[in-house]
Amino acid sequence: MNRVLNKTSLRNLTGLIQRFQSTLVVAEHNNDKLTPITLNAITAAGKLGGDVSCLVAGTNCAKVVEEISKVQGVKKILVAQHDSYKGALPEELTPLILETQKQFNFTHICAGASAFGKNLLPRVAAKLDVAPVSDIIEIKSPDTFVRTIYAGNALSTVKCNEAVKVFTVRGTAFEAASAEGGSAASEEVASTPPAGVSEWLEQNLTKSDRPELTSAKVVVSGGRGLKSGENFKLLYDLADKLNAAVGASRAAVDAGFVPNDMQVGQTGKIVAPELYIAVGISGAIQHLAGMKDSKTIVAINKDPEAPIFQVADYGLVADLFKAVPEMTEALSK
Amino acid sequence: MSGRVLVGVKRVIDYAVKIRVKPDNTGVVTDGVKHSMNPFCEIAVEEAVKLKEKKLVKEVVAVSCGPQQSQETIRTALAMGADRGIHVEVSGKDYETLGPLQVSKIMAALAKKEDAQIIILGKQAIDDDCNQTGQMTAALLDWPQGTFASEVTLDGDKIKVVREIDGGLETIKINTPAVLTADLRLNTPRYATLPNIMKAKKKKIANVKPADLGVNLTSKLEVLRVEDPPQRQAGMKVETVEDLVGKLKESGKV
Repeated sequence: MNRVLNKTSLRNLTGLIQRFQSTLVVAEHNNDKLTPITLNAITAAGKLGGDVSCLVAGTNCAKVVEEISKVQGVKKILVAQHDSYKGALPEELTPLILETQKQFNFTHICAGASAFGKNLLPRVAAKLDVAPVSDIIEIKSPDTFVRTIYAGNALSTVKCNEAVKVFTVRGTAFEAASAEGGSAASEEVASTPPAGVSEWLEQNLTKSDRPELTSAKVVVSGGRGLKSGENFKLLYDLADKLNAAVGASRAAVDAGFVPNDMQVGQTGKIVAPELYIAVGISGAIQHLAGMKDSKTIVAINKDPEAPIFQVADYGLVADLFKAVPEMTEALSK
Repeated sequence: MSGRVLVGVKRVIDYAVKIRVKPDNTGVVTDGVKHSMNPFCEIAVEEAVKLKEKKLVKEVVAVSCGPQQSQETIRTALAMGADRGIHVEVSGKDYETLGPLQVSKIMAALAKKEDAQIIILGKQAIDDDCNQTGQMTAALLDWPQGTFASEVTLDGDKIKVVREIDGGLETIKINTPAVLTADLRLNTPRYATLPNIMKAKKKKIANVKPADLGVNLTSKLEVLRVEDPPQRQAGMKVETVEDLVGKLKESGKV
């Protein structure tokens, strides 16, 4: 009887504590559109059980604020618009986040584990004198997270006893929050004086009509076996039939076949599509780290001993230069 | 000409080793396993040595935090062309909980003590995969950061950094002193030649304790459990492209 009582009161207490959780999601955007990984981060933030606020900082925030105001699960949007936030430099955004933290006392601060989130959040954490947690794939409780280590070859469950939990979220590990049905109110927060120690000059983005790699339902990737950049055309043709994004192994990037933002792996992008087709990729540890959570994996490789076949649901031992055009042809029917 | 560059180097399990999780789920097996310098740190060392060869910096100091064996990693950096080493000795329990927060405090303290103008680190260690130490070091020093750098150009008291970002590349200009973290594409690290390995034995490695630097190693992160990731079900081999497309259509994937 006593035990039951204790359990119940403990649960109530946990509930009470959870009500006091409050999470700040730092929104990633390009002043025009919200970056999709922010929606995955909002879902992760929602799992903590408390209120979720979203910080939008930039040179032009109106469109993004409107977009987030409809996202389900967001309670409040904090807006900081100033020219000094051009290029989302961490030297400028960190003081803003610290100011916001001072005002609202969040228990959690998070962002997607993209180049943006990885660049910014550790800087914020150091300023708060707390140890951050990178690229989490699961939230067990408000202070306990699961993340991968050793290129995805081990799962580490960490308990964070810091006063403020600062973490980045692996986008592919959480569903995207619905972009409809929310009704968050927005309020301005004071922008901080420019730090002026860094300056954003330019961006060179790879242009493509295909879906974005990390959020595509189907990904076709090529490796060293493609032999040249021109031969990637075979994969683009197949990808077009499947409405797929095209990725690459590190070997293909290092050989100069394709630009490095196409790289899938521990040091590139982490993807988890419905279907991943690995063509001419041996399946090195570093590559597997980026794709082994895909729902279905297909491998096309002429080497029957290639490690990729150990993770592939369907493996075809064949010359890719024959098999890929055949596959494109078969899918056209 | 800038003065001094600090390069952080970490000793990790070699990238080609298939790791094993300990049966008691407290971590991964490290005893008797091949270790080497973290690949991103090699790139950082190479970049620092290149800056020195171009006579843009005067001295390159390699720093590693960890047990006695970390000195081997420092020796490797010295053989690649670093001028001297600093071994910040951390062992036993402290080493088990040594994370980016503690290392960045050590790096920041050393940067001040050594009057460094540039710190170059790898973008991440391939064991903890944190990708935090450079950013945190920059924060503690209030220096700008040029992370995931694929091109670095020193330009007077500024540094132009081309960064690898999600959609492509981005160029920023940051003031010195600054912290840089190296991405894979920054350079191709050189191999240390035998004569250089011999010469490196004569170079000095200073031994420092975190306490000497006023750094407290207490950690508030606790690893509860380390385990194997879920294993994928063994798949099947198909004979022809028709089979493959048929199977994918059956399962509704295409």
